Amino acid sequence: MSTITDPQGGTFRLSMLLNDTRYRSTTLQVIAAIIIALTIGYLYSNLAANLEAAGLNISFAFLGSPAGYDIGQTLIEYDSQSSNLRAAFVGIINTLLVAFLACVTATVFGVFAGVLRLSNNWLVRKLMSFYVEIFRNIPVLIWILIIFTIMTVSMPAPNAFRGETPTSSMLFDAVAFTNRGVYIPAPVWGPGSLVVVATFVLSIIGIFAYRSYATKLLYDTGRLLPRFWPSVGLFFIPTILVFFIMGSPISLDYPALKGFNFRGGLQIGAPLIALWFALSIYTGAFIAENVRAGIQAVSKGQTEAAAALGLRSGRIMNLVVLPQALRVIIPPLISQYLNITKNSSLAILVGYADITATLGGITLNQTGRAIECVLLLMLFYLVISLLISAFMNVYNSSMKLKER
Amino acid sequence: MNKSVLFGALTIAGLAAGAAAAGTLDDVKARGKLNCGVTTGLAGFAAPNANGEWEGFDVAVCRAVAAAVLGDKNAVEFVPTTGKTRFTALASGEIDFLARNTTWTFSRDTDLKFDFVGINYYDGQGFMVPKALGVSSAKDLDGATVCIQTGTTTELNLADFFRSNNISYEPVPIETNAEGQQQYLAGACDTYTTDASGLASTRATFENPGDHVLLPEIISKEPLGPLVRHGDNEWGDITRWVLNALIAAEELGITSANIEEMASNTNNPEVARILGTEGTLGEMIGLDAEWAKRAIMAEGNYGEIFARNIGEETPIGLARGLNAQWTDGGLLYTPPFR
Repeated sequence: MSTITDPQGGTFRLSMLLNDTRYRSTTLQVIAAIIIALTIGYLYSNLAANLEAAGLNISFAFLGSPAGYDIGQTLIEYDSQSSNLRAAFVGIINTLLVAFLACVTATVFGVFAGVLRLSNNWLVRKLMSFYVEIFRNIPVLIWILIIFTIMTVSMPAPNAFRGETPTSSMLFDAVAFTNRGVYIPAPVWGPGSLVVVATFVLSIIGIFAYRSYATKLLYDTGRLLPRFWPSVGLFFIPTILVFFIMGSPISLDYPALKGFNFRGGLQIGAPLIALWFALSIYTGAFIAENVRAGIQAVSKGQTEAAAALGLRSGRIMNLVVLPQALRVIIPPLISQYLNITKNSSLAILVGYADITATLGGITLNQTGRAIECVLLLMLFYLVISLLISAFMNVYNSSMKLKER
Repeated sequence: MNKSVLFGALTIAGLAAGAAAAGTLDDVKARGKLNCGVTTGLAGFAAPNANGEWEGFDVAVCRAVAAAVLGDKNAVEFVPTTGKTRFTALASGEIDFLARNTTWTFSRDTDLKFDFVGINYYDGQGFMVPKALGVSSAKDLDGATVCIQTGTTTELNLADFFRSNNISYEPVPIETNAEGQQQYLAGACDTYTTDASGLASTRATFENPGDHVLLPEIISKEPLGPLVRHGDNEWGDITRWVLNALIAAEELGITSANIEEMASNTNNPEVARILGTEGTLGEMIGLDAEWAKRAIMAEGNYGEIFARNIGEETPIGLARGLNAQWTDGGLLYTPPFR
């Protein structure tokens, strides 16, 4: 920097904006910003002019008018007289539901497959690479279709459960697998059930407290308390006791064949299952590769050192390798979670009512408000993706190497 | 960056809509081909045959327009559209003419900025169920799972019907007729609902059509007709009167077989005006004198088109019903050619 001489005091010429290194980058940035702003302005005015010429306008009033259509599986109350906005909310909640479920299961699949890909067992190793290569190299759209088609064609229709000699029967008389979905018993919360739930939550907290106490005792005095059986006991005994003391307040509502369909119980629709499973198994293959990369990024010396201390291989993985591997795994994991959320917009293929299917599909079609609906959709996916990113970044910074 | 991409995409959509707003006739003539939107495949109405040529009731209307405007009934580019894509395709100018059993409704005519040029099929929404289900009325469908094509008027009618009868159902939204057929046959839904003509057409393609029945209830009015973009009235007039010519030809007894003879020696002045041997009707809509003659020769008059594609002699087996001429107790009634 010392070679650059100071300009001779105070005279500023216009040409210096380009010739002087002190101003040049600012000048270029200002010019670029003006060009971008003008382009956006031109595109926007062009859009406005064309819309006006076609006699159309941008209005979000349709969100308040009745939607007029019904939705199969909703988590919040909804009927055909609810507003388009509410239909959009139904879609948002369904999107979040399937994205959450798929993120959890994809992570489980991915970690298992990633760890097993490095197994010493030839068969397990090859099976896992087979899984990874097959699933990540075929588009998720095709997986969704295949899984949904297999479900609808191979599973029995509710009709098969009917009659004197039905061709299908329910599992334990409680769970019915049909091509419209899986029906499971639903809990019915009677009076006093709150106490049972509270006891259950308290015993979970108790398990954690006991385990941290046992760890502390081990570190302080070297005494080793049993951990497994007390945990299991804490998990079951208080809740079961309270359940019977309160007079069995929680009962189960079993699904039963009434009319055309199973009624009662909880229905997990075939579209949700197909979408959930396809997204998890597809993204799980990518996560498996992330996990493998993360594990291989941990120096082999760490494993050998742990082995030299006498740790068993399972413990080496859990206590030494995985915690370090997580630092490598989490950043790419964030983008996999984002992928799941965005890929869930393929739900319309199987008739799952996510936000793309309700707001971006039926509402768009019935009202013809394409620009408005698409803008709202983009906004939604942007916000959700940024939120997921933000949460995962917080987790990432809590996991990353603390440099002192 | 995100923002500019967004506006860019919107602008392209906007530009296309603007550019296509006027002069469709000139565009079609310059292109030498009519871009006609049809279904992705509904036997009898629009579907490719074994040789890959499109044929059907709606296809015939497209061919008649092409024959009238371009003089060649094969100068048509068929663009398959779904219930969801059809309006965007028309509004953006991707197609010039949409003949895809589309129901004429108030909001489509006004709010969506289209013009329906007439009605070529008077339909109503019905239900198809497997015979084994033992259902005899749509009102027995309480709790049933219903397959329904999304983005159609049937979706709204269905919600209204079940609500007004105070019964419940579970909708399974599907994208195309083929998908609906597969879901219905697999038993993933108890009943399939769409326009009764569409159900008859779908049933005709089943392995055992006799195992399925159409329920007697018709829950809506579905006047199906071709449509064009709003704002180009010349193009709207041409297509409207091509359709009217097909209907009038049946009423006046002009068929593809006797049309030459009728043109040369008729003493009915209206026939002479339609076929261009008298008057200047063609000139009034910017075409030559023989426009209607070519349109009728393309696939025959309305009755011939109906009988060949969806009539009682075909596997679809639809009776004329409401779609008979007004002289036979139906609703077909064209304004006079004068």
